[in-house]
Amino acid sequence: MNPLAAIGRVFLHFLTGAGRFAIFAGRGVIHCLTPPWYPSLIGRQMLNIGYFSLPVVGMTALFTGMVLALQSYTGFARFNAESAIATVVVLSITRELGPVIAGLMVAGRIGASMAAEIGTMRVTEQIDALQTLSTNPFKYLVAPRLLAGLTMLPLLVLIADIIGVFGGYLVGVYNLGFNPTTFLRQTRDYLEFIDVFSGLVKASVFGFIIALMGCYHGYYSEGGAQGVGRATTNAVVSASILILLCNYVITGFFFGTK
Amino acid sequence: MADTPKIAIRGLVKSFGPKKVLRGLDLDVGIAESLVVIGGSGTGKSVLLKCVLGLIEPDAGSIKIDGEEVVGMRTRDRERVNRKFGMLFQGAALFDSLTVWENVAFGLMRAQGVPRGEAKARAIANLAQVGLPPEVAELQPAELSGGMKKRVSLARAIATKPEIIFFDEPTTGLDPIMSAVIDGLISSCVHDLGATALSITHDMASARRIAHRVAMLHDGKIIWNGPVGQIDHCGNPFVEQFINGRAEGPIQMQVRA
Repeated sequence: MNPLAAIGRVFLHFLTGAGRFAIFAGRGVIHCLTPPWYPSLIGRQMLNIGYFSLPVVGMTALFTGMVLALQSYTGFARFNAESAIATVVVLSITRELGPVIAGLMVAGRIGASMAAEIGTMRVTEQIDALQTLSTNPFKYLVAPRLLAGLTMLPLLVLIADIIGVFGGYLVGVYNLGFNPTTFLRQTRDYLEFIDVFSGLVKASVFGFIIALMGCYHGYYSEGGAQGVGRATTNAVVSASILILLCNYVITGFFFGTK
Repeated sequence: MADTPKIAIRGLVKSFGPKKVLRGLDLDVGIAESLVVIGGSGTGKSVLLKCVLGLIEPDAGSIKIDGEEVVGMRTRDRERVNRKFGMLFQGAALFDSLTVWENVAFGLMRAQGVPRGEAKARAIANLAQVGLPPEVAELQPAELSGGMKKRVSLARAIATKPEIIFFDEPTTGLDPIMSAVIDGLISSCVHDLGATALSITHDMASARRIAHRVAMLHDGKIIWNGPVGQIDHCGNPFVEQFINGRAEGPIQMQVRA
């Protein structure tokens, strides 16, 4: 077997996949921007991504805020900087942990379900049926999910920020004995608009990535139940990796050293 | 224009990697004609159907619907042409997330913009046409038996009063009695609508019941086509082996794809 041919095959396979993904993403964006839109489908996806993800995202944010407060206290106590805990909690939650943890949780919950649903529609010929009924699958399946992901993740993250900071407050005040008024003042005084805004921008990008990966892997799934399972796994893994990658890029954009 | 076939296929070629499925296939289907394409498993019957429906882009060749070339057509034009189509899928392909009546009325609401209330009434009428009571309208597809799913899929296929209806293995997975019922419904629906029908099957009993004309696909080409009444005496050894279900003959079944 010629090793160069094997390397070439892998490279060509990669390029084919990258091209297919770029075309899929481009078509998805175009269909988001051009009518007709299906408000009922967009609303259903918004409910699914936003409202039904609230418990899991809220619980995760609460415990993350609580753990952050505890860890910060044990660490900062070594050099008498306990008073910075409120600031550390609020900045960490709004800038990083809120969007990233919400993104990863929603990728696991929604990305997987999108890939499974669209993948099942693919292998049972439901997507073919859509086309024969003169309905564009990008308009009907992809665009509503992309729009819902783009708009609902920032809302989820905003709520996660509040719950996460509240978790830090609970531990700080009731466990570590901080004065409630001082904790809240420090939380408020050091928080700037850019901290929250950058987190919301990240959330929007993450929401788009989650929906895009879920739709893409579902749309091109093949091979029955095994193929749908593979699509689901790929959707979650690729969305998670892209979330962490984009998190670094966006953080660099907002807070990178000049 | 009276002689223009409803569907005209010329030199259709489609390969998947090294496997050549269609090798220059020619086929015409006339107005209000019911043509059944027969052939063994893996001979490219479904690929042929998907090429006509625009679900697969052929590598070469021409497909004309009412004289209009559809190969390489833009998406919007393709959607316009697809409004002439109705399709019954092998596995019914009903939308899991919608009720039965929403499935049947899908094309009416999405493609034709019929208001929801009117679409529901028309869907219930279509369900009655295929022998299903109004109570079925509110059920989910998962609550239906295989035969009922096929009926609902047939009701969906005829709901928009299409000019051309495609049937992909309409009786696969059904018992002989239900197969006869579905075939009867197909024949009556196609007759009532005055539609052109293109079906693919390897169920010869079904083919005899619904076809005006039969075409046999083998090795990527149509090797025989003629009126259904002539199929038993066509003199083609491939067709005779297939319709009699003999293991010995010119058709060698491939064990591997």
